[in-house]
Amino acid sequence: MAPVQPSQEELDRRKASINSETVTNVTSTDFPGHWPGEDNSWSLSSFRNTFNINIHRNEPLESSFSLVGIDASVANAFRRIMIAEIPSVAVEAVYVHNNTSVIQDEVLCQRLGLVPFRGGKEGIQEFLKWHPRKKDDGMNTVIEEEEEENTKFDYNTIILSLKIACTRNKEAEKGERDPLKAYHNAHVYARDIQFKPFGRQEQYFSGEDAIRPTNPDILVAKLRPGQCIDVDMHAFKGVGSDHAKFSPVATASYRLLPTITILKPILGQDAEKFARCFPQGVIGFEKVGKKEAQRKGSGYEGHEGENKAVVVDPMKDTVSRECLRHEEFEGKVKLGRVRDHFIFSVESVGQWESDALFLESVKVLKMKCEALKQNLQTMNR
Amino acid sequence: MPPKTKPAEAAVPADDVSMNDEPVGDSPSSNDDPHNPARMAFGEQRIRILPGSSDTAASFEFKGEDHTLGNALRYIIMKKYAPVPVHLPRSPQEYIILSSSIACLEIGQGTAVEALEKGLDDLSDLCDVVEEKFIEARDEYGTPMEA
Repeated sequence: MAPVQPSQEELDRRKASINSETVTNVTSTDFPGHWPGEDNSWSLSSFRNTFNINIHRNEPLESSFSLVGIDASVANAFRRIMIAEIPSVAVEAVYVHNNTSVIQDEVLCQRLGLVPFRGGKEGIQEFLKWHPRKKDDGMNTVIEEEEEENTKFDYNTIILSLKIACTRNKEAEKGERDPLKAYHNAHVYARDIQFKPFGRQEQYFSGEDAIRPTNPDILVAKLRPGQCIDVDMHAFKGVGSDHAKFSPVATASYRLLPTITILKPILGQDAEKFARCFPQGVIGFEKVGKKEAQRKGSGYEGHEGENKAVVVDPMKDTVSRECLRHEEFEGKVKLGRVRDHFIFSVESVGQWESDALFLESVKVLKMKCEALKQNLQTMNR
Repeated sequence: MPPKTKPAEAAVPADDVSMNDEPVGDSPSSNDDPHNPARMAFGEQRIRILPGSSDTAASFEFKGEDHTLGNALRYIIMKKYAPVPVHLPRSPQEYIILSSSIACLEIGQGTAVEALEKGLDDLSDLCDVVEEKFIEARDEYGTPMEA
């Protein structure tokens, strides 16, 4: 079924206005009782007909797409879920056997926790289960250390280790000042972290699928001859609401589609200046046609063959409002944003495909609804 | 003290983990894992109706939810039952929706609990449509290139 085309009035109503000093008309008004004579109540079939998704980019680690015809509250729920409620694996416990570097143990551990890892998707998402969380009832953690050890198995713990020592490079030239040439392992990078599979992990995390840092060039520490780092790390599944290191996205954000409406003709030199007020590709030029030039009151009289400014691609606009600063464009242009057109940008840190992240966020929201619905039925009234 | 890393023989096969037949989505990360927080949400009673509520005007407290669900739910309930005016988190652990008596009475569409239930239903239907349309759009665009 073809999407229902909303009327011009309805479209205008969906725009937030961006003025030189203020932003107005920002609140959704599509509620029953808001507009006389309009229903606006929830209907799944009309949502199905008006809602639309366009994909702009879809790469494993980065995707961009538009959700058109959805309310900010729901779009925001998807964004928040992507950041805080989709599970991913990160280092949770670090056991420091030896650390003679200048970085304190606790700082080193914190840095190791923030290194993103990737690995076989089947292994991470299906084979790997949740580690029972320490119950933190405010003051004391309930699971004792010894007890906690009995909860670590191949299906819920990834073991990694970092064992590295800095030594002098005997082959270096005398008087070499560059530490990277004068010493071995002067810099410790994320790629120096070794994955130690055990149990059935070999099946899921071998070869291409091995657990490894997404960005091998992250600098973890700097060493000098005689210093060493020897740590074991245990990585678990977790969610971003617990700690940002568990967030599966580098960024998940949206912006609203900008609109530029040229109200009166902008011609010749002015048109060029107008185009320079926007990023490249937003404004283009067209020649004023014969018919337009002859039509009275169009503003084009006597300008046949001159360049006029036309909007080519408002999506590229950054809404800098530069054009509102110039006198010659006053009253000729109106800026705005479409309130229900969300241009999402999702950047994965490696454990999920970026498009799968969005689908997962939809599933999570649905699951929340179902869990609460079940709760509602068993609630004491 | 360094931990004793568990050798393979100590590992309990994941299949031995007791499974119960509670309804969960087919999310790969949540199917049969007793420690998955998303799954634990089903077992726990997280909604409380606050004292002073009547049939048509009620306050609900949602444990462990925040603006993510709260605001979406407010929107979808407002789409059906005129204003659901107040909407305030007391702490991150609690989320409260107050449902206006006037609104529910005027519309004459049943109780506040029904309104909340309908809201949850509608939101979950909305998710289905979004998912369906996203998959459709993605297939049209083409599958992602391998890195």
